Amino acid sequence: MTSSETVKPAKPGGLATKTLVLTGLTIFTGLVLAPFLVVLLNAFKSSEDYSQGGPLSLPSAIYFQGMIDFWNRVEFGEKLWNSFLISASVAVLAVIISVLNAYAIGIGRLRGRTAFLMFFLLANLLPQEALVYPLYYLSKQFDLYNTRLVVIIILTAIQAAFGTYLLSSVFRDFPPSLLEAAALDGAGKLRTLIRVVVPTSWPTLSVLFTFFFIWTWNEFFLPLIFLIDNDLQTVPLALAVLQGQREVDITTTAASALLGIVPAVLFFLIFQRTLTRGVMSGAVK
Amino acid sequence: MANTRSRQGGKSGYLLFLLPGVLLFTAVIVIPLLMNIGISFTRWQGIGNPQWIGLENYDRLIHDANFWASFRNIIYIIVAMVIIPTLIGLFLAAVLFDYVGKKIGPGAASAFRSGLYLPQVLPVAVTGIVWGWLLNSSTGVFNSILEKIGLGFLAQNWLGDPKWALWSVMFVMVWVQLGYPVVMFMSGLQRVDPELYEAADLDGAGWWQKFTRIAIHLIKPEIYVVLVTTTISALKIFGQIFVLTRGGPGNSTLVPSYFAWQNFFEKFNAGYGAAISTVLTLIIIVLTYVFLRIQTADERREA
Repeated sequence: MTSSETVKPAKPGGLATKTLVLTGLTIFTGLVLAPFLVVLLNAFKSSEDYSQGGPLSLPSAIYFQGMIDFWNRVEFGEKLWNSFLISASVAVLAVIISVLNAYAIGIGRLRGRTAFLMFFLLANLLPQEALVYPLYYLSKQFDLYNTRLVVIIILTAIQAAFGTYLLSSVFRDFPPSLLEAAALDGAGKLRTLIRVVVPTSWPTLSVLFTFFFIWTWNEFFLPLIFLIDNDLQTVPLALAVLQGQREVDITTTAASALLGIVPAVLFFLIFQRTLTRGVMSGAVK
Repeated sequence: MANTRSRQGGKSGYLLFLLPGVLLFTAVIVIPLLMNIGISFTRWQGIGNPQWIGLENYDRLIHDANFWASFRNIIYIIVAMVIIPTLIGLFLAAVLFDYVGKKIGPGAASAFRSGLYLPQVLPVAVTGIVWGWLLNSSTGVFNSILEKIGLGFLAQNWLGDPKWALWSVMFVMVWVQLGYPVVMFMSGLQRVDPELYEAADLDGAGWWQKFTRIAIHLIKPEIYVVLVTTTISALKIFGQIFVLTRGGPGNSTLVPSYFAWQNFFEKFNAGYGAAISTVLTLIIIVLTYVFLRIQTADERREA
């Protein structure tokens, strides 16, 4: 990059630079996205087609059998439901816990709030390995091992640690006039929280909900340890288990990878919308 | 303000709202963390009574080649997840924001940004499956491309050869991480006052000068956030290693969290696993503390 990049578009040479920069960026981004294309290219091929044309040829016919076989083999619908159930429960519960904590810390300004905040920050930093063995042991003692409930409880705590940390600083700047108005109307603390604080901070809460949902959906370590039965497993876990089985052929791998990618990309698109809305309404306030 | 609050019935009423959270965190985080530290002083297979052995696990750790290998490898992983993405990310964010966004259009800039960010949204397991296949020695796409363009002699057993496995994992992690700094830095650059740039233009400053003197300076908060969060996630890396290489071949891609997991659930050395994870926790806490101190000192110096 030289200073000639800063010329105004009217000057000569601008077009050449523009083409150069655009071409470079397009090639680079294309390379980053290439793995997705390779997956897409091979997810609809038959094994024969693959062994003849290799991984980079276009499929000679669109072949759905690989994907259908994979779907039935791992009962993918069930895995989707497990992932959805766990992610949605964690997201709802963790947002509720975060709001309650942050209400006390950020708006209630409890004594010792800095210590509380440091604690939540620490909880968020901990590697899960430092908790997992005692949790594994305790869950067996309490008959919660190998249930979706234990994964939901643990992940709710971990996500809410982040949520509390973030929301507390958001609530610290909550407009005092709104709180005063509620107090003048004779609203108690719980009523103020439900009628004033939650609706006003809804955009932030929806961003938080989306984060929690996606993070939980992608979570691998805890489901790996706590969900043993096939019919309890989540999408990432089912894919990883399949990967470990040697006899799986390549087009099945590609088909399974595509089934793992599609929900993630869908969330990404929804997430972008939520995030933009959240940020924008934050600016209006 | 204090007045208003006392009219609302005092602060103590807020304590009740903290109750569910405190109970949950005590059960899921505080008690297990303390138990884990306790277990690290014992010999325990997970059943029966743990046997107190004091610092023996830690002593063993210091003399364990695998433990040191896991920390040597994590330094390489930090290079791949923190340093390289931050540097390339700074450059890409600047080009996208300053050049593409202003001279071609914000739509183009955000399209490139989304494309670069896409690997970030994939579940760890899916990343592992896709790259495990792309880099496979016999059926992998990478090697078959090399062969097709006549460079077949360059083909390697990317994930199965101890000489290449760590480099391959690093390559995959750069791919995964790159989008995060790009997104963070581009949003930070929006804060930069265009007037500063115009003033610099009048002084005859070039693009590079404006970039280093103004942009990098003003997005320092974002740079800190990226450095801290990605260093911590590099130290915690587990899923990609589990799916791609399982720490192997040998210990060439072994990392602390996978090493702890192995001891917990494969070797039934709960005490040793607990010692490893306690050391990892300490390192993360100390590093975060150091980062925060540097950042505060830096902010003070500028104020």
